[in-house]
Amino acid sequence: MITLEHVYIMTGIMFAAFAIGRALDRSSARRWRSAAFWGTYALSFLAGSHLPDLANGMILMALVVLAASGLASADAAAPIAERREAAQSNGNRLFVPALTIPVVVLLVAVFGKKLHIGSAALLEPAHRTLIALALAVLVALALGCALLRAPLLAPLREGRRLMEAVGWAAVLPQTLASLGALFAAAGVGRVVGQLVTQAIPMTNGSIAVVTYTLGMAMFTVIMGNAFAAFPVMTAGIGLPLIVGRFGGDPVIMSALGMLSGFCGTLMTPMAANFNIVPAALLELPDRNGVIKVQIPSAVLLLAANTALMALCVYRR
Amino acid sequence: MLVLSGIAIVIVGFALRLNPLVVVGVAGVVTGMAGGSSLTGVIETFGRAFVENRYVGIVWLVLPVIGLLERAGLRERVQTLITTLRAITTARVLLAYLLLRQVTSALGLNALLGQAQMVRPLIAPMAEAAEERHGAITASIRMEIRAFAAATDNIGLFFGEDVFIAIGSVLLMKGFLQQSGYVVAPLDLALWAIPTAILAFLVHGTRLLLLDRRLKRARAAAR
Repeated sequence: MITLEHVYIMTGIMFAAFAIGRALDRSSARRWRSAAFWGTYALSFLAGSHLPDLANGMILMALVVLAASGLASADAAAPIAERREAAQSNGNRLFVPALTIPVVVLLVAVFGKKLHIGSAALLEPAHRTLIALALAVLVALALGCALLRAPLLAPLREGRRLMEAVGWAAVLPQTLASLGALFAAAGVGRVVGQLVTQAIPMTNGSIAVVTYTLGMAMFTVIMGNAFAAFPVMTAGIGLPLIVGRFGGDPVIMSALGMLSGFCGTLMTPMAANFNIVPAALLELPDRNGVIKVQIPSAVLLLAANTALMALCVYRR
Repeated sequence: MLVLSGIAIVIVGFALRLNPLVVVGVAGVVTGMAGGSSLTGVIETFGRAFVENRYVGIVWLVLPVIGLLERAGLRERVQTLITTLRAITTARVLLAYLLLRQVTSALGLNALLGQAQMVRPLIAPMAEAAEERHGAITASIRMEIRAFAAATDNIGLFFGEDVFIAIGSVLLMKGFLQQSGYVVAPLDLALWAIPTAILAFLVHGTRLLLLDRRLKRARAAAR
């Protein structure tokens, strides 16, 4: 069976190759720091499942310290004249590997369930999408190298260039998700929920709705994740007040409440994988450039969600 | 109350534009210790969560493919193609992508499209090229178009995925309500995501059309 662990090993090998590539580049300043950063991240993928928690924690701390010390900047892209020339000779073949990724993901999504070796599933059922993505990358790489007659090391060199352009932000989403776990363990959610319910007098259903949707959005802004906000706000306000005291419908409340949380996700740097990483990936000079564009849409949708819930939740 | 100090550290750290990775690391340690754990206890919890969340980093696997294609001229090829299509504008590229992202997410195909595999190599270059057809564009306009491309992916994903009954958030809602004594059907939760999905398309779509109009005005002013 192909499992998530195999995908982790593949990812670890890629990061290890990035680290080696950086270490071998004698011309670059800070090459050892950067090599150590990507090498440490590689170690987490390769060995994380087998290391004790403390060692994994030390790996994370090492990544934080290395990132704070400043990493090497990415290599420059190939000159535009060269790329234009390549574009001319490669033509529309260039789109084949690019579109291979979604096509393979789609095929695995549709047919992956049916693949078996004997009686065992070929792909670990719980993680089929992530495994599909990894398989799609392998197919696209093979196609790309064959169609474009690229040297075998080119994907690693160019991949490292893009990865180093993202830099330490690559590790931020995973670190934030871990912070969420620490917040949960320390009971941050419960305290915030109590504060909100004590601070606002819930005299009628509409006030409860507004508090709930705005609370979902704001708590998501703080935690970076609507999934963390949902249990807190729903247990604190949604169920006892909207459903319990004012007789609202739990389905409408939950569905629109979660979507209000998503409006919060659009507005916060804490949701790094959606907001900070794309800014780095697209080489925006402003780290918050994506958030700034999203805020108007998010505010309008939050208002619409609130109105929709206020209108519909008490009608049964 | 002391456990909220981590939140304060995050807010102050982000406001001062300190390195977010450091801010998050410090906030985690402070929160854990305020919650009564020892320093080693906190580092252990942090480490366990970090390893459990490694799946977030798998998306980086696509970078070697994207890098290879960019080196072989993908961006430049996209530009050449877009130039030949007269009806294409920045907003139309992004509107089509918004619809595609919402529909595929609503079918449960979250990983089909995304920032690394689609926006960086294809969608952002297409949106930029649609405007560059009328002449060179300034760096700030290029960055605004890119930011809109990234935002379009996020909005399409967030307000499409909840329409699918087996997505994480719908299952979380069902599970949580069940624990609290309310049995609900995932289908009902998914149905109530549809009005917001339509509104999201209208709201963000309108903003895209306004972007087109703004770009046109900037063009006229520059001439």
